[in-house]
Amino acid sequence: MSKASAFLAPNADPITGGRTLLRLATAGSVDDGKSTLVGRLLFDTDSVFVDTLDHVEQVSKRKGLDRADLALFTDGLRAEREQGITIDVAYRYFATTARKFILADCPGHVQYTRNTVTGSSTADVIVLLVDARKGVVEQTRRHLAVASLLRVPHVVLVVNKIDLVDYSEDVFTAVATDFALLARSLGVLDTHCIPVSATEGDNVVTRSVRTPWYDGPTVLGYLENVDDTRLAVGSDLRFPVQHVVRPQSATPAPWAARAPKVNGDYRGYAGKIESGRVSPGDEVVVLPRGSHAIVEAIDTPDGPLDLAVAGQSVVIRLDTDIDVSRGDVLAATDAPPAPLKDLTATVCWLAERELTTGARVLVQHGTSITKAVVKSIEGALDLAFEAGTVPCWRPTSSLTLNDIGRVRLALASPMPVDTYREHRATGAFILVDDADGWTLAAGLAGSTPFTAMTADVPRSDQHQSAQQGKPS
Amino acid sequence: MKDALLRPLSELQALESESIHIIREVAATLASPVMLFSGGKDSVVMLHLAAKAFWPAPIPFGVLHVDTGHNFPEVLQFRDEAVEFYGASLKIASVQDYIDDGRLRERPDGTRNPLQTVPLLDAITEGRHDAVFGGGRRDEERARAKERVFSMRDEFGQWEPRNQRPELWSLYNGRHLPGEHVRIFPLSNWTELDVWDYIAAEKINVPTIYYAHERQVILRDGMWIAITGVTPARTGEVVEVRSVRYRTVGDMSCTAAVLSVANTVQDVINEVGLSQLTERGATRADDRLSEAAMEDRKREGYF
Repeated sequence: MSKASAFLAPNADPITGGRTLLRLATAGSVDDGKSTLVGRLLFDTDSVFVDTLDHVEQVSKRKGLDRADLALFTDGLRAEREQGITIDVAYRYFATTARKFILADCPGHVQYTRNTVTGSSTADVIVLLVDARKGVVEQTRRHLAVASLLRVPHVVLVVNKIDLVDYSEDVFTAVATDFALLARSLGVLDTHCIPVSATEGDNVVTRSVRTPWYDGPTVLGYLENVDDTRLAVGSDLRFPVQHVVRPQSATPAPWAARAPKVNGDYRGYAGKIESGRVSPGDEVVVLPRGSHAIVEAIDTPDGPLDLAVAGQSVVIRLDTDIDVSRGDVLAATDAPPAPLKDLTATVCWLAERELTTGARVLVQHGTSITKAVVKSIEGALDLAFEAGTVPCWRPTSSLTLNDIGRVRLALASPMPVDTYREHRATGAFILVDDADGWTLAAGLAGSTPFTAMTADVPRSDQHQSAQQGKPS
Repeated sequence: MKDALLRPLSELQALESESIHIIREVAATLASPVMLFSGGKDSVVMLHLAAKAFWPAPIPFGVLHVDTGHNFPEVLQFRDEAVEFYGASLKIASVQDYIDDGRLRERPDGTRNPLQTVPLLDAITEGRHDAVFGGGRRDEERARAKERVFSMRDEFGQWEPRNQRPELWSLYNGRHLPGEHVRIFPLSNWTELDVWDYIAAEKINVPTIYYAHERQVILRDGMWIAITGVTPARTGEVVEVRSVRYRTVGDMSCTAAVLSVANTVQDVINEVGLSQLTERGATRADDRLSEAAMEDRKREGYF
């Protein structure tokens, strides 16, 4: 049993070299074998420790099983053990020499769109399961629609329990064909299907001899090789400012002797690059005000950078002393988002309480937060759609838990919101209850892959039209 | 602009940037944060990340240690040196004080870990802290795997695992009612091996007891317990001198050593990579009390 360290290559730079990070989310119905698949991935990559294994073996024996129930590796809270269900998204970690994986393990109950949305929001890859005996079912369509809405770049379909259909190529091909049609109709671009038996270990980490007709990668092989280059620098620079760095002239801590010296009049903007890349000399626009400046330097305690890319936390210095504060966004001058006060968006409603027209909420976007009023609810997405069709919007006056709806929001102050289809990080926002702070909804600004497919909902694609900055 | 050949961030770059982003969000959106600091490896990595997050300005909040009175002297010395090195200010909540004046009573089994909860919650209330950074990682334990990065606590400091806020993208929501506070776990996505890889890459000092050294130990319930004033040998137990190290540095009464000859960071990384026991399973007697031990303590307001 050996787990891979992040930098095995002897000459790799200890921080920038070594393997990369990939974020996954699972989805599937109850009894599709999701826990077993995750258990199998952890077990076969040596990510399970002996004491956990002991625990699993003991419990399996108590339950009268003759071998370890892999699903128990992901066994969580006591209430779940007592009821035999999974309550909440759990995070698992495993790694190979190529990549480290963060897996958001989402429960599969029908009503838990909330968990799938949460897990998918950060995912690079969705691992979607079906039972080979049942094929694509309503829950598969629902999960894939959510993956499409949230623009998860890759979806891998695990056709599980292939052992229970005698490793039949015909069964697999039929499921894969159904799935490809569904994916195309939902606008999901990159998909792949793998025949798997999680219980027996076929094609999870080890290639199976019982599926000689399948010549694609195993689940782990797929995850190790799926393209992540465009994840790094998908598009134009978006840099929400977290805080302004103005060190007062206190005696620096001994630690700071390792870092570069700075002047007493230092002024920089700390943040994480949400998309794109930036270099000294680049022109940026400061949103929502719209003033322009040139990037003078990109500072880090490890020294200045010539280039910083999406995902990096840095401090940016500008050539002029313009007014920049927390909540502002430094953006590429090429097609920056227009600050808007009238926001049309899809929201995934995640709270027990209802949303109705006229509700007052907070909109948290990037590093800024503003008050908003729900002007109208234009429809709710019907996820229980039939095979061969796509989800459509039905008229509604309110949204309840697990609903996905189209809403129009009037913002108290303009926000530079991107369209979610183009910028996942800065097209996203959350709605927060001002009274108790609860997170109410996940918001996706602009049009969805499904808006064009519906005729009955007017005004659904007016994001970034001429309304910028106008009070409503 | 669209250079497809650019390499994505490495794992450690991505984890470091994510943690720095979290720490900055807390300082910007919450009124009075405090960082728990025990001198253990996770908390020193967290403090190092805080120093990097605010550079070239100093860390804008203090650190808090809940001292059980049974800490390893090497770790306490390291704690004070590290706090000074990173320019932080230290506050200590002392379990011993609570025992001395009768507010807490020593447990029959002698372990003081569960006793930390009350002094911790009192210190949070007294300091009016609305955000408390902890070094917990989701890979440590089953209950932790479900915890959010921003984890709400009610006015009794309790965690309600069945009623957690959804956490989407990297939009962290720390809004709360008066009396509630938020526990923040910037290392949520790090594993034990990531922590060691980062300690090596960043040349971060950790207490010496993480590295192999000779010590008088006894084998009790399958765990190597050091002979100290708190944990004397019992009748019939055989005291041996062994080369050991610690994987966690909790309270002496409930933290066991592992047999090891790893005396450099690289040796430790190799050992952790090969290790067959989880960190907590190997060395934390308090998690063995019951199957749901950690979950129970977390619900009560433990770290």
